[in-house]
Amino acid sequence: MIDVLYFAWVRERIGIPREQVSTDAATVAELVEELRAREDRYAMAFSDLSALRVAVDQDLTDFDAPLKGAREVAFFPPMTGG
Amino acid sequence: MRIVVQQQPFDPGAQMNAFAAGRDDLGAIVTFTGVVRDDPANPLRQMMIEHYPGMTERALEKIATEAQTRWSLGDVLVIHRFGPMRPGEQIMMVATAARHRKDAFEAAEYLMDYLKSRAPFWKKEQGADGEGWVAAKDEDEDALTRW
Repeated sequence: MIDVLYFAWVRERIGIPREQVSTDAATVAELVEELRAREDRYAMAFSDLSALRVAVDQDLTDFDAPLKGAREVAFFPPMTGG
Repeated sequence: MRIVVQQQPFDPGAQMNAFAAGRDDLGAIVTFTGVVRDDPANPLRQMMIEHYPGMTERALEKIATEAQTRWSLGDVLVIHRFGPMRPGEQIMMVATAARHRKDAFEAAEYLMDYLKSRAPFWKKEQGADGEGWVAAKDEDEDALTRW
């Protein structure tokens, strides 16, 4: 099981802030494919990966990052701090 | 180094006075305060800032630690708020203290550039005509290439 978190408009499109996902995905990209296949709201949220950023265990990374041993994956739009 | 992530307002003047207090070896203190900006053409009712608890503190610490390795700094302070804010309210503040002003100025700019696009905050503007997420600007991403 892995904790999957959503922030900002990704959270709004999917409709929940976090969920536990049972997955054998080896990479973030494989996890995204599994989520996309679930329902339209996921397919919509993940329709353009260039508009998304991902963090694995709270470190910013890429969509080809491995998930082995990961506890937490978060998807969100580009950050707007400051 | 002090990193603060909080919902409640803070007092920039009090923070500045307390920052690096008693350190008479530091000849330069630079502070920057970010304020919720209103737009007369589209009045802002409220700005809502969302963040990623845990990763936020971690990202800010990483950015501040990197600033300390690149410049000779006596102290670093980062305060960033989340939650609802009205126009004119302070969103965040950075302060840097160094022996000389060049280190303090450059480090403060570095902190601001990285805070903009590498700290997990997202701004939503709520105005009279509805609400929307603030989009990241290409220039904010480009700003990182100079460091």
